[in-house]
Amino acid sequence: MFWNGKNGRNGAHDEGNGHALIELAGIRKVYDTGAIKVEALCGVDLAVAENEFLAIVGPSGSGKSTLMNIIGCLDTASEGSYRLHGEQVAGLTIDRLAEIRNRRVGFVFQNFNLLPQLTAYENVEMPLLFKGTPTRERRERVQHLFEQVGLADRMLHRPVELSGGQMQRVAIARALACEPAIILADEPTGNLDTTSGRDIIGMFEELWTRGHTMVLITHDPAIAARTRRVVRVQDGVVVSDEKAA
Amino acid sequence: MLTAKLIVRLFHSAAKIQRKRMVLTVTAIAWGTIAIILLLSFGEGLKRSMDQGRRGLGDSLVILWMGETEKAYAGLPAGRPIRLVPDDVELVLKSVPEIASASGEMHNWNVQLVNGRTALNKRVVGVHPAYGELRTSYPQAGGRYIDELDQRLKRRVVFLGNELARSLFGTEDVVGKTLLVADMPFTVIGVIQKKRQMGMYGGPDSDRATIPLSTFEAMFGRRYLSNFIYKPVADDLAPVAKRRLMEVLGAKYRFDPADTRALYFWDTIENTKVFTKMMIGIEIFLGVIGALTMIIGGVGVANIMFAAVTHRTREIGVQMALGARRLYITGAIVLESLALTFAGGVVGIGVGVTIVQILAALQERAKSEAMEFLGAPTISVPIAVTTVTLLGVIGLVAGYFPARRAVSVQPAEALRFE
Repeated sequence: MFWNGKNGRNGAHDEGNGHALIELAGIRKVYDTGAIKVEALCGVDLAVAENEFLAIVGPSGSGKSTLMNIIGCLDTASEGSYRLHGEQVAGLTIDRLAEIRNRRVGFVFQNFNLLPQLTAYENVEMPLLFKGTPTRERRERVQHLFEQVGLADRMLHRPVELSGGQMQRVAIARALACEPAIILADEPTGNLDTTSGRDIIGMFEELWTRGHTMVLITHDPAIAARTRRVVRVQDGVVVSDEKAA
Repeated sequence: MLTAKLIVRLFHSAAKIQRKRMVLTVTAIAWGTIAIILLLSFGEGLKRSMDQGRRGLGDSLVILWMGETEKAYAGLPAGRPIRLVPDDVELVLKSVPEIASASGEMHNWNVQLVNGRTALNKRVVGVHPAYGELRTSYPQAGGRYIDELDQRLKRRVVFLGNELARSLFGTEDVVGKTLLVADMPFTVIGVIQKKRQMGMYGGPDSDRATIPLSTFEAMFGRRYLSNFIYKPVADDLAPVAKRRLMEVLGAKYRFDPADTRALYFWDTIENTKVFTKMMIGIEIFLGVIGALTMIIGGVGVANIMFAAVTHRTREIGVQMALGARRLYITGAIVLESLALTFAGGVVGIGVGVTIVQILAALQERAKSEAMEFLGAPTISVPIAVTTVTLLGVIGLVAGYFPARRAVSVQPAEALRFE
């Protein structure tokens, strides 16, 4: 089974063979603010296989965002082992981590995090620039992504000229730019109205059917219900892990 | 790699937010640049002016005076006076190949010069024809210096200092006129070109009359030279030339070539070396002051870059999340810092060069001795290179530290920043 496959193999980057894509074992994260130490995660074990659609839920302060940061290589664990595609993340250089984020993980944030001074097109282009994609290929790819998210007519707009739903779709296009295996979304509908939120979740389902591994952080039970697996985090530990029927 | 366009965009947005602070920063850098350009060009002007003044005496010149032996030598006692005669010039030129040119010199410091009703008592000097070249005493247009024929025929010709010509005739246009030198009629053959002369002995060249040495000997019945001047073939051969000269003259007059009191040397080549070192010292000093002023501007740039980096922490976090390598982020910040610095530099260089040109134009018209001595400020290639290099270094350093701080945080932390 996918969700308890943490004792699976290691090493191979072989995708799509049912082995765990994300393997967390004994992950602890301690924020040391000098005077006090806050333990955000206290020993999390989690395995996510290729092409899962999973929600991480929990109350605010439960450590779910910290968990997402660690999964997305935006932060490093204080302790424990994290393997992504079989590669041990601890001890990797800053630039190697950047490369992993660039190639393997697509981020979708609650507040979109589009760069305001760039056009929608330039925002989506950015990961491809970092990857070093040739100009021509880049242009075609960005064009294609905008068509995919249905915003081909909004490419040259600035983020402020777009609605929340549109901004989040631009963010999804950006997350997909380098064709990452994993899409990490942190409260992706948190700043959206119900209709736009539903659209976004619809897009995630579509991405899932196309083979992406989807990890959603949410506190909305309705959204969690749309996924196929719900991992509940509380006080820095996984309290339940249920696969949908 | 971030495209240039992207960087320009990012830079532009930062510029909008902090326009006022940016203007101040650019002004600070511009001010520093102006300071360094002015200081260095004044240094250069002073150096050229001093150099010119130094050449007023002569270039690579060695002057020697007669002394007394200090050491007993070849059975002769110490304390004998050594006196050179005009023929020694020929002897030295023949026996010391390291000496390129030489002249004897006799002085009479109180000779009456009469033109009509104007009579002045001035210094008259008798010299060999080579003296003019050696002492950079060039004739004004229309005149000439004393030549070989004058010397051989003991002609009564006189070469006048420009000030002296003016005092005697009221004008410097006096070639061909007759002047009474100690009651003897002399023809004026030339007047010296105005020159700045910093080093001197026996008064300035502008206020003396010069006649052929042979004429001088005959008129005043002198046998011995007052001075002997020469120029080595090359500056680095000066020590050899000096040693050989001492050997040749020591053999003739029977003194120890190592006897430092037999003849006194004034080696202007040595002086030049000291002078050059001193000028380099002054230039370094001025450069350091300018550089310090510029560094203050650089602190401003670093400050605004730190502010910009803090302001954009979240954007940098987004870029990191999207996979920006450290180099892209630091590169953009350093480029921005360089852009700010060079913007200030361009303004500073423009204003600085303009000020220098205005001052140089003013200096040219100024009549005061002090201004003349200070020299016209001059911008040289090394000054330009120094300025641009300093700008580059300041821009790099002012960008590097903020850039390093920008990439030192975890992306997660940067993304949380409000």
